[in-house]
Amino acid sequence: MAEENPDGVVIGLEIHVQLNKLNSKMFCACSTDYHNSEPNSNTCPVCLGLPGSLPVINEKAVESAMKVGLALNCDIVEQTQFHRKNYFYPDLPKGFQITQYDYPIANDGKIVIESDEGEHVVRIKRAHMEEDPGRMMHIGNIEKSKGTLIDYNRSGMALLEIVTEPDIRSPKESRRFLDKLRNIIEYLEVFDSNLEGAMRVDANISLQGGSRTEVKNISSHKGAERALLYEIMRQKNIMRRGGEVTMETRHFDEEKGCTVGLRSKEAEHDYRYFPEPDLTPLRVADRVPKVTKTLPELPDAKRERFLSQYGMTEMHAKALTSDIRVSEFFEEVAKEVDPKTSASWVADVLKGELNYRELTVDAFKVEDMISIIQMVTQDKITEKSAVEVIRQILDYGGKPDEIVRENGLLKVEEDVVSKAVTETIQENEQAVNDYFAGKEKSLNYLVGQVMKKTRGRADAKEVRELLVDKLNK
Amino acid sequence: MGEPMNISKIKSEIAKTSSEEVLNSYLEKINKSKINGYSTVYDEAVEEARDIDKNGHDGILAGVPVAVKDNISTDGIPTTCCSRILEGYTPPYDAHVVERLKSEGAIVIGKTNMDEFAMGTSTETSCYGPTLNPWDTGKVPGGSSGGSAAVIASDEAPVSLGSDTGGSVRCPASYCGVVGLKPTYGTVSRYGLISYANSLEQIGPLANNVSDVAIMMDVIGGHDTRDSTSVSQKTNYQNTLKDDVNGLKIGIPEEYFGEGIDPEVEESVWNAINKFEDMGATWEKVSMPNTSYALSAYYIIAMSEASSNLARFDGTQYGYRADGDNWHVMASRTRAEGFGTEVQRRILLGTYALSAGYYDKYYLKALKVRTLVKQDFENALSNVDVLMTPTMPTTAFKLGEKIKDPLSLYLADVNTVPVNLAGVPSISVPCGFSDGLPIGLQIIGKHFNESTILQAAYSFEQNTDYNAGRPGEVE
Ligand SMILES: [Zn+2]
Repeated sequence: MAEENPDGVVIGLEIHVQLNKLNSKMFCACSTDYHNSEPNSNTCPVCLGLPGSLPVINEKAVESAMKVGLALNCDIVEQTQFHRKNYFYPDLPKGFQITQYDYPIANDGKIVIESDEGEHVVRIKRAHMEEDPGRMMHIGNIEKSKGTLIDYNRSGMALLEIVTEPDIRSPKESRRFLDKLRNIIEYLEVFDSNLEGAMRVDANISLQGGSRTEVKNISSHKGAERALLYEIMRQKNIMRRGGEVTMETRHFDEEKGCTVGLRSKEAEHDYRYFPEPDLTPLRVADRVPKVTKTLPELPDAKRERFLSQYGMTEMHAKALTSDIRVSEFFEEVAKEVDPKTSASWVADVLKGELNYRELTVDAFKVEDMISIIQMVTQDKITEKSAVEVIRQILDYGGKPDEIVRENGLLKVEEDVVSKAVTETIQENEQAVNDYFAGKEKSLNYLVGQVMKKTRGRADAKEVRELLVDKLNK
Repeated sequence: MGEPMNISKIKSEIAKTSSEEVLNSYLEKINKSKINGYSTVYDEAVEEARDIDKNGHDGILAGVPVAVKDNISTDGIPTTCCSRILEGYTPPYDAHVVERLKSEGAIVIGKTNMDEFAMGTSTETSCYGPTLNPWDTGKVPGGSSGGSAAVIASDEAPVSLGSDTGGSVRCPASYCGVVGLKPTYGTVSRYGLISYANSLEQIGPLANNVSDVAIMMDVIGGHDTRDSTSVSQKTNYQNTLKDDVNGLKIGIPEEYFGEGIDPEVEESVWNAINKFEDMGATWEKVSMPNTSYALSAYYIIAMSEASSNLARFDGTQYGYRADGDNWHVMASRTRAEGFGTEVQRRILLGTYALSAGYYDKYYLKALKVRTLVKQDFENALSNVDVLMTPTMPTTAFKLGEKIKDPLSLYLADVNTVPVNLAGVPSISVPCGFSDGLPIGLQIIGKHFNESTILQAAYSFEQNTDYNAGRPGEVE
């Protein structure tokens, strides 16, 4: 299945996923909740890299990594071994990072994504575990900084680096891949993508006839598409001018939306990997059956089930399963009200309103969704009103029935208006005839009559529309 | 010659007087000492002694002063590895072994001098200056735990802890005429021991006699979840020591009596072996053909690991910090100014050995040799219970004699490093004198078979008087 790819774009990704739903760090018992903590409060001799401290493998982290590996259709290694990756950097307290080298936890997997021509397979080369360094904060800005502070709360967080084969053919495809990857990992309950720094991406990219460049420091899945679009444009322009794209490492500047070359010295590293002497090799093969049992239903399987179980459209099934929380929300709603109707309300309406406000589905209550859909199906409010109720809840809070009452959205009230309109037409034959004879003013008279009947509670503009409607039937 | 101190004597002394008095008498001796065995003396320990006197303590080391090597972390007491780069560093936590000592009521009296980062055989590379051998102050005490051995020989502490990466407990024990044990790898938690070469080293006790070494092992040994390489269970060596070597099979590896061995050392060791025979043991010669490769493999592995272990000392968080316009300059200068020559040499050589293109040639090859050396020990120890060799090929050498010639210094470790490569336990006990300088006998056992070598050493000690005396007051 050949996708249009005239430039011969080849992209491979390395994705750092923080296993941020674990309770403790990769090699010590410190809390992983660094976002809500005072800097350097979740630390101990191990994650500070103090002299004499020793790492101990967090078995839960290993099992979480195995879960991801299995969900990405990988083979799990028989026995894993941690290595030291040696380099100097201010945020690296030990002067080396503990990582996996020739025995990564998982190998040879794949993710199937939607491309413009149908399904496309992106192969996963490997996934290996490692520890996160500390976080540097510059006093002032980075160029004129008076100094740098280091927060070691992040130091030692468990990371999983997932490396793809160069199977991605466009920035758009890379976004689809990353969305799918994120979706799968979120299903596994090991990762919350909403936390800052949860997913970081390095991308290797080349165009036909050019060398490969590596773009580092893409700090979100959203940034990846932008970084790659820029990089393709940059490489194409070099080639157009007859220049040569050189093999190099570039840095993605998120604010400016461009990639910047690093001094070549910085990119040249001999990491001097060697086995971490403080950790013994860990046999994991015998845990595969146990971990496999803990795997939840994954997005593709859930989509298939939604199709067959609820008879919904392909589009709804996709939309509902592309976020685990949304899929769970939907199934709760579907227990109480017609699934197809629920699917439409959750996928078409609620998701759109949430996206518009950059909110997650956690911002909406299942019971509210149920009661809103029930009001619609029981003909108590119009669909339009239902959307209004959803918006009000998201913007100002409140309960659906209260909002309906306070805003007079009950359909019964519309019936009163409608009844008044019908009566007015029947009771004012002359005015009706005048209207058909072209006397616009008679319509004003009729509106006035309806307003009188409804004691001014009706909306004059709506009444006018309703009158015109009924008169022309 | 003074009379050697031991734990039971100290305890009866404490019973008669108080922990505080006993501690103070040690502090007085230390203050008068000329051997420079301590890098830090912990005068505040008096508070702990008073506390024990006041509230009592039922620990086996209640009130007993213990000297701890300066590379073992002690909460609130500077721990510097005798390096300028750790100037001012005071750990916020205790090493596992220190926790264990404290829980048995021991009092850390001070930190002992050592070769910088435990890289040496003479305790001459310490940033605090060399420790002198109490038997002859013109001689080195051995290393790297030179302070830990010397303070016992000069009765500035009854027991101490050292660390042994390639002989660093046994060498100074031999040179200073005390007993020193390198436990089986994994027996004593390394948590809190500032790493030099993690895959080789163990913390080990030094004392005037084998019983005290056994007591110390019972205290510091056992599993610790914070050290993933820690494996063993709690032991009870102190109550099982017997004066009995009847039927003990001794192996004598010829390769350990090779070139460079001092004839008097050789003679003393053979006398010791004959003594064992008199006591009911038998001996036979065994072959360990890969011994000659052990030294090079050892140094490659140790330096490689060191190059990575010592990367953390960059001035960012703790210790010495040089000036610099940016972090990279600051870190480079800190390391250039903070590390001594020998440490820098080993970091550079280790970095080289791990570099792309050289890894297979050096590091990987060294690991293969390590496997062969291990096999040598397995083979040899499959027919005999213990191996006996000279701990060091010579007695203590002169201060300054070898420090300018690293290779000759490395060669001194030839009989001790294979033991670390194999991970087996080994003890050095005094077995004679040459020109007034002590000679050490090395007894090597099977993995986790400390009881056998402790019992052999204990029996030897009971039937000889090589450690009955102590050097006089050093003037
Ligand atoms: Zn920690």
